[in-house]
Amino acid sequence: MILSAENLGVEFTGLKAVDGASFSVARGESYGLVGESGSGKSTVLRALAGLIGNWTGTIRFDGRELAHDRDRGFYARVQMVFQDPYGSLHPRQTVDRALAEPLAIHNMDRREARIEKALEEVGLGHGFRFRYPHQLSGGQRQRVAIARALIVEPEMLLLDEPTSALDVSIQAEVLNLLDALRRAHNLTFVMVSHNLAVVAHMCARLAVMNRGKIVEEMDTDALRRGEAKDPYTRRLMAASRGYDRKLAESFKTLD
Amino acid sequence: MMEKPLVAIEDLHVTFRTRTRDVAAVRGVSLTMGKEKIGIVGESGSGKSVTGRALLGLTPPTGEVRAKRLEFDGQDLRGLDPAGWRHLRGRRMAMVMQDPKFSLNPVMTVGQQIGEAYRTHVKAGRAEARDKALAVLEAVRIRDPGRVYDLYPHEVSGGMGQRAMIAMMLVAEPDLLIADEPTSALDVTVQMQVLAILDELVSRRGMGLIFVSHDLDLVAAFCDRVLVMYGGRVVETLKASELAGAKHPYTRGLLDCVPRLDRAQRELAVLTRDPAWLDGR
Amino acid sequence: MSGSLRTWLLDEAPHSRGQARAGAFYRQWLAFRQNGLAMLGLSIVLGLVLVAIFAPLLAPYGPSAQDLDFRLQPPSQRHWLGTDELGRDILSRIIYGARITLGIVLLVVATVAPVGLAVGTLAGYFGGWVDAVLMRITDVFLAFPRLILALAFVAALKPGIENAVLAIALTTWPPYARLARAETLVVRKADYIAAVQAQGASGLRIVLRHVAPMCVSSTIVRMTLDMAGIILTAAGLGFLGLGAQPPSPEWGAMISSGRRFLLDQWWVAAMPGIAIFVVSLGFNLLGDGLRDVLDPKRE
Repeated sequence: MILSAENLGVEFTGLKAVDGASFSVARGESYGLVGESGSGKSTVLRALAGLIGNWTGTIRFDGRELAHDRDRGFYARVQMVFQDPYGSLHPRQTVDRALAEPLAIHNMDRREARIEKALEEVGLGHGFRFRYPHQLSGGQRQRVAIARALIVEPEMLLLDEPTSALDVSIQAEVLNLLDALRRAHNLTFVMVSHNLAVVAHMCARLAVMNRGKIVEEMDTDALRRGEAKDPYTRRLMAASRGYDRKLAESFKTLD
Repeated sequence: MMEKPLVAIEDLHVTFRTRTRDVAAVRGVSLTMGKEKIGIVGESGSGKSVTGRALLGLTPPTGEVRAKRLEFDGQDLRGLDPAGWRHLRGRRMAMVMQDPKFSLNPVMTVGQQIGEAYRTHVKAGRAEARDKALAVLEAVRIRDPGRVYDLYPHEVSGGMGQRAMIAMMLVAEPDLLIADEPTSALDVTVQMQVLAILDELVSRRGMGLIFVSHDLDLVAAFCDRVLVMYGGRVVETLKASELAGAKHPYTRGLLDCVPRLDRAQRELAVLTRDPAWLDGR
Repeated sequence: MSGSLRTWLLDEAPHSRGQARAGAFYRQWLAFRQNGLAMLGLSIVLGLVLVAIFAPLLAPYGPSAQDLDFRLQPPSQRHWLGTDELGRDILSRIIYGARITLGIVLLVVATVAPVGLAVGTLAGYFGGWVDAVLMRITDVFLAFPRLILALAFVAALKPGIENAVLAIALTTWPPYARLARAETLVVRKADYIAAVQAQGASGLRIVLRHVAPMCVSSTIVRMTLDMAGIILTAAGLGFLGLGAQPPSPEWGAMISSGRRFLLDQWWVAAMPGIAIFVVSLGFNLLGDGLRDVLDPKRE
């Protein structure tokens, strides 16, 4: 197990955003966290990434227990890709600058070659190197964000809804790219999404979260076979299949 | 059989002028509809929202709208003056936008806003407006309308805010509702409920509905007819029930590139865009 | 401008860092150029700079050259803007005075902008006790009335333009710190800041390289808009006899010495007054134009 969380909890002013979440991820595995807004799935990811400081419980990475403050060595091995490609790139920095920054932070050599290679790998190429984010489409920005995460050659990527802001045809391209990169670099993924089908496509194992708790953890194959037991998971599955008026009316309102 | 159509659009063009060049957002869209549910589907930049807004006269000043025909219930909308638009908007056609947080006034309670919307279009006293507001809140299946009436927009959840928004748009009983991605900001389960409410209201009141969305499956399950837009043009018009028989490669591509729960695939189909689509097939 | 340079600048796929930067700058310039009033402001400010640089070439007389036979002459062919009570050519004095005005502007910019930005971004990004300490210091400086502080300085040291500038700078930076802090509070929640945090960047690096650049444009805009006030304060101090001292051709001091003749020889006080008015107006128009172009919310 390269990553494990035990009894992870995060509290925001009296509200338990994450409540006793435990899971573990094997090396080279792709693990998904599914849930609706407010389920705490993104908060779990941010706690793993060290972006929020007030979590409780235990997080282990590669056998060592992680402190609240992460050192640079951690970020050389674990990188993150954010949901909104319009927000995760600095509006005043070119693609070149965005890719050079992690190299500078981690004192890496052969920067010129690495930047060119990273752009090549995400299918952008040299022509995009000196553009500003506003000169790129949403899919291109997300490719830049992926290149930025991969350029330090991490072992693990934390993916926070990486395609939810993109058109479906672009989503397919980005998901294919992520999958290819994972196999090429033997990466471990932890992916968060509200879209059950996207997580099922990308991950072999997934946990369903509702109101801060993991309600069910299962293999994707079992999910596809309809073996989900928890009522919330079943309902999420039904809703993900598409609009059905009878089905919708069977949901109790959540007022 | 040939009754007067609710909406008749012929060869609609919307062009935006920027400093450096002109951008043609909509290029020759035609649509004739009665009191039915029409879906307009496309990806960002396809012109689907711009089409909906042009029909409501909500094109920003940098945009220029041209059409051979642009009619609502027999009335020519081309060159309509602001007073004419005010008379139509809200009262006869209404719009539901994507995010209720930005569409509701943060300093008025939900109920007051709905009552206010009613009194803008119908001569009515405060008490009558209040009754009406409570009634529509109930119609969008808010269980305790009296409580929600007194809540401010920041105090309600996304799903409830969107239902309040729909209630506000329905209070004057318009003949046409334009919904622009009305459920995209909502969770799937809530999305289902909101759609069910729209569905019921539209069929019960006999309204026309134009449902603008990026989600082809959703629109097909919800609407009677679907217009698929690409690059400012309608590339294919389908009966929703015949979605599986879609012929245009773009429509097929959109259907194929979505990951499905019912089958596992190693790689998702990727949409290859043919420049010829831009010239209408 | 040649067509190829324009194409190079507007290239959607630049080939080098320099081209990308020049292109971004050129696009802003194109937007700025649309605004006629802002262009007028820019020309006034550029005019001030040119006049200050080439003062010895432009001025028909020396700034202190007295000609007692031609005291208090009205504007004429020989002295376009007339002469003052010592027979000095007012036009020449205004031209040399542009150097002093520009000097004040540069000194204030050089001290206020970096201090305000540094204090504001550090306080905003790190929060907690850093924020508390820095902002209370800011409050202390904010509480000083500008002219009273200038009076105190002059009393403690000696009257002169340097002390006037010092007093102005000390009372001008706090609003910049508050502005930068407010912007930082917004910027630090942005995903692109979380993204550099998740790359392992240190706090100081994030502030300097990622947060501060987002606050620079609003600082520039505010600075330009404040410039009129700063020039007026400097002139006011000169007028009170606390700033530049005679025979320096500082515009405020010139008005001060001209006020004795205001009724009969109006030009002695009015001409430097007009100069102050025009330059202040120029900075304000420029600031308005820059705000439209540089406002990050525009994007």
